[in-house]
Amino acid sequence: MITLIKRPTPSKGWSYATPIVAVLATMVAGGMLFAALGKNPVEAIRVIFWDPLFGANAAYFRSQLLVKAAPLILIASGLAVGFRAGIWNIGAEGQYIIGAICGAAVALSVYPAESAWLFPAMVIAGALGGWLWGMIPALLKTLFGTSEILVSLMLVYVAQNLLAYVAFGPLKNPQGYGFPGSRNLQQYPSAHNPELFAGTGAHWGVMAAIVAVIALYILMHRHIAGFRIRVAGEAPRAARFAGVVPARLVVFCLGLSGALAGLAGLFEVSGPSGQITDSFNAGYGFTAIIVAFLGRLHPLGILLAGLLMGLTYFGGDMAQLMLQLPAAAIQVFQGMLLFFLLGFDVLTNYRIRIGGARA
Amino acid sequence: MTGNMLLEITGLTKAYPGVVANDGVGFSVGPGEVHALLGENGAGKSTLVKMIYGLVKPDSGTMHLMGAPYTPPEPRAARASGVAMVFQHFSLFEALNVAENVALGMENPPPMGQLSARIREISAAYGLPLDPARLVGDLSAGERQRVEIIRCLLQDPKLLIMDEPTSVLTPQEVDILFHTLRKLSSEGTAILYISHKLEEIRSLCDRATILRGGKVVATCTPREKSARELAEMMVGGEFTTTDRAGRVLGTTIFEVAGLDLTPMSQFGPALKQVSLSLRAGEVLGIGGVAGNGQEELLATLSGERVSAPGTVRLHGQDISGLGPNDRRRLGLQGAPEERLGHAAVPNMSLTDNTLLTGTVRRPLTRKGFLDMTAAKLFAEEIIREFDVRTPGPHVAARALSGGNLQKYVIGREVLQYPEVLIVNQPTWGVDAAAAASIRQALLDLAGKGAAVIVISQDLDELMEIADQFCALNEGRLSPPRPTEGLSIDEIGLMLGGAHGMQEAGMQEVAV
Repeated sequence: MITLIKRPTPSKGWSYATPIVAVLATMVAGGMLFAALGKNPVEAIRVIFWDPLFGANAAYFRSQLLVKAAPLILIASGLAVGFRAGIWNIGAEGQYIIGAICGAAVALSVYPAESAWLFPAMVIAGALGGWLWGMIPALLKTLFGTSEILVSLMLVYVAQNLLAYVAFGPLKNPQGYGFPGSRNLQQYPSAHNPELFAGTGAHWGVMAAIVAVIALYILMHRHIAGFRIRVAGEAPRAARFAGVVPARLVVFCLGLSGALAGLAGLFEVSGPSGQITDSFNAGYGFTAIIVAFLGRLHPLGILLAGLLMGLTYFGGDMAQLMLQLPAAAIQVFQGMLLFFLLGFDVLTNYRIRIGGARA
Repeated sequence: MTGNMLLEITGLTKAYPGVVANDGVGFSVGPGEVHALLGENGAGKSTLVKMIYGLVKPDSGTMHLMGAPYTPPEPRAARASGVAMVFQHFSLFEALNVAENVALGMENPPPMGQLSARIREISAAYGLPLDPARLVGDLSAGERQRVEIIRCLLQDPKLLIMDEPTSVLTPQEVDILFHTLRKLSSEGTAILYISHKLEEIRSLCDRATILRGGKVVATCTPREKSARELAEMMVGGEFTTTDRAGRVLGTTIFEVAGLDLTPMSQFGPALKQVSLSLRAGEVLGIGGVAGNGQEELLATLSGERVSAPGTVRLHGQDISGLGPNDRRRLGLQGAPEERLGHAAVPNMSLTDNTLLTGTVRRPLTRKGFLDMTAAKLFAEEIIREFDVRTPGPHVAARALSGGNLQKYVIGREVLQYPEVLIVNQPTWGVDAAAAASIRQALLDLAGKGAAVIVISQDLDELMEIADQFCALNEGRLSPPRPTEGLSIDEIGLMLGGAHGMQEAGMQEVAV
């Protein structure tokens, strides 16, 4: 018989070890999955994790790593604040889309005027768009007690439909020969979010992600506001005793994570992606949830987890290309990571005892 | 002797890593005997009864029940042998109703309707009013304990173990319970009774076994000893009583007038026209059975819930609309009843837990940024000044025993030198020595000129430290009475909700 025994104090060691154990377990289970699909599991794992960093063409992939990881880290930083407080924003994907639409709309509305103020204005519009999309579940929760999990998630599908509408309608490129999608912002100097240092992939979104990680650390671990947010997640009654107003916390957390997701969307549409299309979103908003948890909701952890998940993104692309693995297999692989993480998390608060009678 | 004893225990030993909880414990209980287990928290009473109830397996030693070897591998076996237990901490499902909870504890529960009728019957017979159809989640602590007691009585036990059963009852209810217990005892049911209340034990129990540090230090007939002698046997030294002398009452600093509050939960009590006033240096005791608005009162006075303008005033300033931290800034602190999850965050360290209430009056932050060194020093100060037994401030709050955590919580508030301190059940489940030190700390604070409100179900405690006494009953607060010269019977009437009688009495005075 297996017995779980609660630890008197949460184990520090396990709280750091579980992400690593989870990654290893995912590799083993993922390898089994790939083997069941008739692929060589060792090769598949190598193609996903090793080749992009150290194989042929590694230089190109390494620059892509920051491009993929930045939105994940930026979004996860915002989500981590809410997750700490027990406020579950599952709709970052939607906030990401709306941020991108709003930012792009600002640029396209003044096209082709050039101004140094245009990009800052787009950044504000992107953040504001994401914030507004986050405010919908926040207000419904505070006013009517609805579940922010369901509302924010369902708003993702609303956002996707809005995206399709603007891509075929208002924001469609008038000179696009009828193809869906907006003008390419990469060809609009004032609106373009360029690679800042050649060959690194670092654009403004990467800078924003770094700032977000540092700001997250200061807020959550150095400031009384972050302390109260953590208390709210651990013990809601104690948080009220400490002076937290629950409604204000809901608005703050959903607003912040919405704004950061919106920013990520804006940096993506004005940079690596370049244009609004109906398939513009790549699931960063959902993957960021895994990043946040894999990183222990801790800034440094999120940074590392974001890089790792960024790796699986194009490692997965490579695996599709070279080994003909189905795209769904890669998504299962990513999902397994969260599954194992949450599973092994039990060990932080519990010890396992196998066999033996009750003492 | 074995032949006529119901339960006989010899050489029972149980060691946990680092501590021997029970060391060669032996005692016996005869049929129909009311036997007290006395001892401070950590003396080993809980471990001992858990072994008798089959929750914990002894390392060595033997138990005999009715002459036969008794080694219950689990509580179910203990119940089958006729041993029942009422725990101090309730094991109830909040989302289920009373009857369903009772059914879950039975081997072969009868149909619901029949069971509900039985519950009504027993609750009427033993004076423990309880509606079988109500959700446990909406019940007060006192009512929840009634569920536990009735659950045991339904099993018709040979030996009933009761862990501090009276802490949530009014004096009249205690009388009824004692009547019940004596009746059970005369019918041949033995009762193993754990309590800190020495007077109770003296009036109820036939014999007492006193534990200290896991060993039996004495067996006596409690009626032949004074409460003081019993206490000294328990702590193994001279027992210090609190010193309430030398306080000077100042001007009125805290006033509550016409405070109304809607219930926090569906069946929770509302506060109705609560009024009180406190002078500097004064201790006001608020007695009452749990679930009559104590939590609501503390939440409203500490600022967790705001109330109508003008209802709460500190130094004449209206603070009705201010949150907890604004009130702390003005000198009002509170300590809620629930230590884990309300007064302290279970998974956070004692250092982190100082930040919960301590950032306003203590320099634990600089412009909002945490000063963890200062927080650690403050936690160490609390541990030192209030004798909190813990390896250090890095330990999680949940790892502390109830008494030690309570000392920490009270210490955290007292050491911020509030002008008004409101505490709810400050010594619930705390051992005698720790309770005495907490009471002394409250008196010392009042001695320095603070006004202190003590909300408690322990009437002896209120009589010991309070200057004025009010009863809180169904959300109404009685007018204050000086504690000097107040008899337990009068208090009982105040708590019993005899508002009509009081009014009648006052009219008589007026006439």
